[in-house]
Amino acid sequence: MSSFSTETIFASTITTPDIAWVALLPLLILCGASIFLLTVASIAPKDLPSSFYAVYTGLAALASLISAIPLWVRVQDNERGPFSTIAGGFSVDGFSLIITFLILVSVVLVACLASEYLINEGISGPEPFVLIMLSASGGITMAGASDLIVLFLGIEVLSIAAYVLAAMDMRRVQSQEAGMKYFILGAFASGFLLYGMALIYGATGSTSLVAIRDFLESTELTNDALLLAGISMVLIGLGFKVATVPFHFWTPDVYQGSPTPFVAFMASAVKAAGFAALIRVFYGAFASYQTDWKPIIYGLAIATLVVGSFMAIVQTDVKRLLAYSSISHAGYILVGFQSGSENGVISVSFYLITYAFMVLGSFAVVSIVGGLNGGQPTLDDFEGLSNRRPILAAVFTIFLLGQAGIPLTTGFFAKFYVIEAAIEARSYGLAISAMVTAVIAAFLYLKILVKMWMTGETESDPISNRQARANIPIRIQVGFVLLISGGFTLIFGIWPHPIVELARDALPIL
Amino acid sequence: MTFALTIGPGYYLALSAMLFVIGSIGLLVRRNPLIMFMCIELMLNAANLAFVSFGKDMGDLGGQVSVLFVLVVAAAEVVIGLAIVVAVMRRRPKASVDEVSVLRG
Repeated sequence: MSSFSTETIFASTITTPDIAWVALLPLLILCGASIFLLTVASIAPKDLPSSFYAVYTGLAALASLISAIPLWVRVQDNERGPFSTIAGGFSVDGFSLIITFLILVSVVLVACLASEYLINEGISGPEPFVLIMLSASGGITMAGASDLIVLFLGIEVLSIAAYVLAAMDMRRVQSQEAGMKYFILGAFASGFLLYGMALIYGATGSTSLVAIRDFLESTELTNDALLLAGISMVLIGLGFKVATVPFHFWTPDVYQGSPTPFVAFMASAVKAAGFAALIRVFYGAFASYQTDWKPIIYGLAIATLVVGSFMAIVQTDVKRLLAYSSISHAGYILVGFQSGSENGVISVSFYLITYAFMVLGSFAVVSIVGGLNGGQPTLDDFEGLSNRRPILAAVFTIFLLGQAGIPLTTGFFAKFYVIEAAIEARSYGLAISAMVTAVIAAFLYLKILVKMWMTGETESDPISNRQARANIPIRIQVGFVLLISGGFTLIFGIWPHPIVELARDALPIL
Repeated sequence: MTFALTIGPGYYLALSAMLFVIGSIGLLVRRNPLIMFMCIELMLNAANLAFVSFGKDMGDLGGQVSVLFVLVVAAAEVVIGLAIVVAVMRRRPKASVDEVSVLRG
């Protein structure tokens, strides 16, 4: 007990690790902005308009994005290159930065969608925007995490805010239920993740991803049961966050019940952060155990592709349908992930970037069309959309064709690169099943297109309802989201090289 | 007369594994959301126990420090979870998750 005497405590100076504050700037700006907003809004005498919060959130995300650009320049510079800070707990490399950019851009677009939605639903207050920013900061932490505990903290900051976002529309039963289901199942997955981390710590003696990698490369474990159990539990926990089959049960319910803008956030930013964490852990720490985890990912990918595309076909609720479609997209990303190669990471980054824009645009359309139906549009609501709103129908067509992977959209190249990575890794079966399920999924998107373009108004539809539908206003912020995501999907669908180059520069280095 | 009774890390790990299994099975079979929360806490604390006993066994402080982080996260999670459950259960006096079933298909 002598070591705890006051003398020794005062005698020994506590050394704290060096912190490169510049590296944390994107994170700090986002957190600081959200807490500042919460403080200001709670002492302001009157409720500020929702559009103010949206503009504030957008500007905060932009400021954070701008502060990350010098980091990108520094990382790409051959002399300085990637680095890690806080005693190796947080690393700044191309991969973490590109995921940061992606999350921040989706924060801007989601804030636009949210302001429109919250005005329509009559919800005031800064909380949704504060939560979006906090959730995004968790995602950025995950993207740069190079320690299991940092990763856990990031995933929890991301998820706890997302649970509340799912339950934000408290007056609606569906939103409450979505929040509760998301919370219980999410916490269940966190339990698995954490226990897996404890087992990995026990097997390797460290929570640092770099130390784990070095340990596994230098030591031949006589008994790796503990480590393998830990790896599989971490895979369950992260597989849950990115919605892979068989850990996908929450996805359809949560996507259907949650407010549409926040579903868009879950499908773009949360999914990207989840895959970033998967890449950090499996490509970084467990690179030498590839032969053990690759077959499991192979199986998960096939199950996810098949279940996602088949279940999507039988849905009538459009948000539920897009939920299953997002599950099948997670399957494609796993196809690229399974290759375990550099090209695999590039294809995953490319897929995440392009999918985020397609899914944000899709949910923007869904939120306009579902505006009259309590945010729960069915397929029938899209009947004859091309007569009522030709431009909206045309934009939605771009997103659907993109998700189907039709050439001249970014979706085509996204699918092409993941399948190419799988073929390079000699996973022919996986590549073939990805192509077959792409055809099945294309049928699904064509089903919506046929509803939009080939059917007129239904006779049973009362005229007043028809007129109301024709007059749904499109606010400027939603128009902006549609313009950005539609433009991105088309322009880079024809000319994908800038995005490919960006993804090529964004390799994770531990 | 002294008893040389040593309880090695194996015992703690076995206890932690048992707690984890009880927590996860409890979460799957129980229908009261509050009990389900308790099961989640049990799972997180099982992981804490594993962290501490591994750390103690290896003479590494990292395991014990990790527990502090996890405790904070668990507290935050309970706050959010209870708020959501209170909001949901206000409408449904019978506290059972089976009642919460509008979303399906």
